[in-house]
Amino acid sequence: MNNTQDKNDVLLDVEDLEVEFHTGAGVVRAVDGTSFKVHRGEFLSIVGESGCGKSVTALSLMRLLPRKTAAVKAKKIIFDGIDLATLPESEMRELRGRHISMIFQEPMTSLNPVLTIGDQITEPLITHLKMSQKEADLRAIELINMVGIPDPERRITQYPHQFSGGMRQRAMIAIGLACEPKLIIADEPTTALDVTIQAQILELLKDISERLGIAVILITHNLGVVAAYADRVNVMYAARIIERGSSSNIFGAPAHPYTVGLMRSVPRLDKPRVGRLATIEGMPPNLLAPPQGCRFRDRCPIADEKCQESPPTTTAPGTVQDHTVACWKNEFAKENAPTLYGSETAIEKEKSAHGEKVLLNVSGLKQYFNISIREGLKSHKVDIRAVDDMSFNVREGETVGLVGESGCGKTSAGRAILHLDNPTAGNIEFDGNLLNVGNIAAVRRDMQVIFQDPFSSLNPRMKVGQILEEPLKVHKLRDGKSARLDRVAELLTQVGLYPYMADRYPHELSGGQRQRVGIARALALEPKLIICDEPVSALDVSVQAQIINLLEDLQNDLGLAYVFIAHDLAVVRHISHRVIVMYLGKVMEVGEGNTLYDNPQHPYTRALLDAAPVPDPEIERSRQRTILEGDIPSPLNPPSGCVFSTRCPLVTDECKSMVPELDDFAPGHGVACIKIGAS
Amino acid sequence: MLRYTAQRLLLVIPTLIAVAILVFFLVRVLPGDPVEVKLIGEFGDVNPELIYKERKRLGLEDPLHIQFVNFMVGLPQGDMGISLVTERPLTEEIGARITISIELAFFATLLSVIIAFPLGTAAALYRGTWFDYVIRIITIGGLAVPSFWFGMLIIMALLATVGKLPSLDTAGLFEDPMANLYTLFWPALSVGYRYSSVIARMLRSSILEVLAEDYIRTARAKGLYERIVIVKHGMRNALLPTVTVVGLEFAFLIGGLVVTEQVFNINGIGKMFVEAVQFNDMTMLQGLVLIVATSFVLINLLVDLLYAALDPRIRYQA
Amino acid sequence: MTVSAPTENEPKAEITASPEQLKAERPSRRTLFDFIKQQPLGTIGFLIIVILFISAIFAPDVAPYDPEEVDFMASPALGGGAPGPEHLLGGDAFGRDILSRLIFGARTALSIGFFSAFIGCSIGAIIGIVSAFAGGKVDILVQRGIDLLLSFPIIILAILVIAIVPKNVVFGIDINVIIAISIPFIPKCARVIRSAALSIVTLAYVDAAKAAGYRGSRIVFRHILPNVVAPYLILITAYIGQAILLEASLSFLGLGVVEPTPSWGLMLAGVNSDYYITAPWMIVFPGLAVTLAVFAFNLLGDSLRDWLDPKLKL
Repeated sequence: MNNTQDKNDVLLDVEDLEVEFHTGAGVVRAVDGTSFKVHRGEFLSIVGESGCGKSVTALSLMRLLPRKTAAVKAKKIIFDGIDLATLPESEMRELRGRHISMIFQEPMTSLNPVLTIGDQITEPLITHLKMSQKEADLRAIELINMVGIPDPERRITQYPHQFSGGMRQRAMIAIGLACEPKLIIADEPTTALDVTIQAQILELLKDISERLGIAVILITHNLGVVAAYADRVNVMYAARIIERGSSSNIFGAPAHPYTVGLMRSVPRLDKPRVGRLATIEGMPPNLLAPPQGCRFRDRCPIADEKCQESPPTTTAPGTVQDHTVACWKNEFAKENAPTLYGSETAIEKEKSAHGEKVLLNVSGLKQYFNISIREGLKSHKVDIRAVDDMSFNVREGETVGLVGESGCGKTSAGRAILHLDNPTAGNIEFDGNLLNVGNIAAVRRDMQVIFQDPFSSLNPRMKVGQILEEPLKVHKLRDGKSARLDRVAELLTQVGLYPYMADRYPHELSGGQRQRVGIARALALEPKLIICDEPVSALDVSVQAQIINLLEDLQNDLGLAYVFIAHDLAVVRHISHRVIVMYLGKVMEVGEGNTLYDNPQHPYTRALLDAAPVPDPEIERSRQRTILEGDIPSPLNPPSGCVFSTRCPLVTDECKSMVPELDDFAPGHGVACIKIGAS
Repeated sequence: MLRYTAQRLLLVIPTLIAVAILVFFLVRVLPGDPVEVKLIGEFGDVNPELIYKERKRLGLEDPLHIQFVNFMVGLPQGDMGISLVTERPLTEEIGARITISIELAFFATLLSVIIAFPLGTAAALYRGTWFDYVIRIITIGGLAVPSFWFGMLIIMALLATVGKLPSLDTAGLFEDPMANLYTLFWPALSVGYRYSSVIARMLRSSILEVLAEDYIRTARAKGLYERIVIVKHGMRNALLPTVTVVGLEFAFLIGGLVVTEQVFNINGIGKMFVEAVQFNDMTMLQGLVLIVATSFVLINLLVDLLYAALDPRIRYQA
Repeated sequence: MTVSAPTENEPKAEITASPEQLKAERPSRRTLFDFIKQQPLGTIGFLIIVILFISAIFAPDVAPYDPEEVDFMASPALGGGAPGPEHLLGGDAFGRDILSRLIFGARTALSIGFFSAFIGCSIGAIIGIVSAFAGGKVDILVQRGIDLLLSFPIIILAILVIAIVPKNVVFGIDINVIIAISIPFIPKCARVIRSAALSIVTLAYVDAAKAAGYRGSRIVFRHILPNVVAPYLILITAYIGQAILLEASLSFLGLGVVEPTPSWGLMLAGVNSDYYITAPWMIVFPGLAVTLAVFAFNLLGDSLRDWLDPKLKL
């Protein structure tokens, strides 16, 4: 085996990989004849939406799928000269963790809770490299150091629950790196992490790959991540790879209508809003009974009779480099990419105008949660300052985005406004009334909510029709059953569903459809304001775009105001008139959308925008990132002074003693930082 | 760990006090007058004055709060009062008969764990095979078979084959462990069948649950031997819920003693309990229930400590 | 606790074809036919229960003899009573027909089993729900109380209650035995239902109901209670088996049902050791009846759990 770092040298060559699952409902072919190559030292990405087979591909290469239910077949899987397709299990085991290792999505559950981190890192060293425990321990310290975890000697004696999410993922990387493998497969390694931590982890992976010449297969749904880190890209759809090429080809000149649609349906962080998002209508096909021919046919805007037949994989038109596509109409798709899903200029460009009247006025909002911490036999109470002194307003028909990482208080703020949790202090004025526990019932109708998780937000024992009829009945909005049923049908139509779906139970609907039902339920009360708590973060990109467009349409038609809570900076930019950036319960910066994104002032906002990758490799290549160091501090024990002071690049001693006020940097643009003065 | 142990020990005290209080008042609600029953038994005649005198002598005519204080003050000194029937100190009465029950409970637990662990593990690892089904039927049976009937079947089988029952004059556990084991084996099996079934079922399902965890996949992705994946990564985590069940089900085991001692005619505290109910011996009931509840609390303390030893998340919380 | 095992997780193969799709495609699994198809063991249990109920209800028509009819020729004490064409399962010490006594005993077992499980689980469920909703000090107090009661073995608590509650037979049903059996179930059910209710209270659709301004009672009755019905039903089924077992044990000890009421446990009480060899049928059949009944309810309870609420821990 040679160890050259030539990127043209093929490390892994997979041909015709097929994975079938035998489930109670029938046979699911989760991977259907995919072929791809990985070169030594390269960073390859497999991208696609949930259920497309990207993770199954990875697990089948590692032979980690349950043997009873999964059947894996392949013409060949040549890894470094060995055919994995025919390799006996004992030799396959010797390969796992030695020459190929894998990093998983959930750092919280992927480490064994009852073994020390050190033990878990040394295991592969002892198994594969026959190191003694002592040698292995030394190597573990070296590895922990390499992945950027401070204080390695102490850290290896600790257990996973003593590590933060980001630290655990670093530990996973250390385990993967332990035997210096030739290939690391990273399956959605940053999906469960905050954006600033995501940037740390991906930079670490990239750096390690480059320094040690390890090839990486990065499996992700996040196009920004792909653009920022991948050399080459495989796009998967419904168990097949439908397009493959260098990242500049895929992003610059996509030739498959699905790839085009995918790119167009994600909002952009780096550009002002260009108009409505393109949407791919419908849902991916059910793999229990996939359609004949091209699997994208039903959702494709340019499909015709020819697409009844499966398209061959061909070289994409006009390319010199390795860029292939499986589409009969790839030439047309490539040429007409900008107009495939409707021309951007043809659809309204600006966000709808909003009124001037203030609908919701929040001032000095505090939401503290008093929890008791047991220490020995004594327990003492601690206030968690989920939201600390927050003030903002929302005007009629306006969307105010609330953005920040986990633990920043955005959700708590939404719940406090709705009085789902009664706020600790502060005034919430809605439509001219000062809200309190006593009068909240009177304004419930006008202030509604949409939740993140489309599975827990609908009562599983009620039919869709009953769910939508209930608010009409309780608030006596329609007299008589038939009037109510008419209204239910109207609501369903309004959110893009069919009236017959009133008869369905929630579990019979897809995630996107359920989210629409949740929206319809909020609309039933004819509210003036809807608090949207991460309404699209559980959805796939193409469905996410449908829901965002729906929310915008409803705003235009009904004059709704939104408080849009999300962690996805690009989505917030796209949908919001104004944006509030939060960190550890405090407002860091507030401003009009484009101003804030194009001219961020607060060091945290800048870092946040820096950390979020943009789905454009050209831009990504020229970006200079400053990556925030360290973890988000525990809200149990927030830093004194400015809460951001522990991670701030501009920090001085003053910051640690003084809590900065939210001062106007410019009219309508507030910044809470003593280092940033008004212009 | 030391700190956790100390903490957990201290938390037991209020529980035990609450148990004592509850037992005291529960027993006072008992209808019927034990003294009257006893006197009728002795003299066949009921003279209200005699009853009153007798009650006064036994301290039953004291105001309730005085009785309560006496009871609670006596407990920490190892004084549980006297039996209303024999008028001997309860500590003596119970002390004479508790050893065999403790031995029986101990053997039954040991036997159950020894049977349950291989069965539960094998059923999980050979899930879906005929082997799994056989174990499944055996263990579901264990939950359905009344332990006293199972004991009777054992006796029947012994009589039919050996022709006699093991002698009940037991040698002490420490004097002649083998003889002791032989005597107690069948009663222990009869009372432990259910216990082992519950443990085996729990172990099987927790192993299956644990083997589906992400960290097991991680362990396999490291290229570890399957044996190490299952034993080191799987079993240790699967033990956690199993250990809890061992503690909770211990109450059932003690309950099983009540009927099993009856069947095998063992003079332990289970049999004593039934007698106390029949004779309306209020103070005896009080003492016995207190001992049973205390043993349950202590066993679960032990289980909690074992749990903490196995699970660093608990250990490091304090 | 009967069905203490959590269900086995299916291997994570289901992640393949987008969980949403599989969910959307999966037919509604709420009909009896689906239950029969998916839970064969549960169906067997259910059938046994149906047979038991039918024979209990129509006992006078089904039983070959009057359960109290004495036929000295069929008494093992006099050397007779072996199972044969006249007495299918043999006769007992008084020469009474064992099969008839078993059939009539099913009445006792099922009625006491059902009522004690129903009463115990219902009171437990109410306490659990109230505790979950009240929260705060009430919840802590109730939890402590539950913990305290759980430190008494079920049978010990039941015997204590038997000793306290005066004997009381209504329509041939021993009310005091029912009370004695149902009380130990209360803390166990309260604990399970409390945690089930707590997990629902935190779900987003309950928040949505609050945000829509529904009254508290509507939220409880429309949105939370229907979702704890499944664990409640599972508990009742499992505890009927427990209660039958407990009734048999109490009667065996002479503390439960008394003669002449036919009871399976009572048929085993005070069996003279002579009969172990001379009349084994007197011992085998009553015990088999208890085992079969408890087995059937356990099977059904287990399957109901797997079917309705696989995550439930009893």
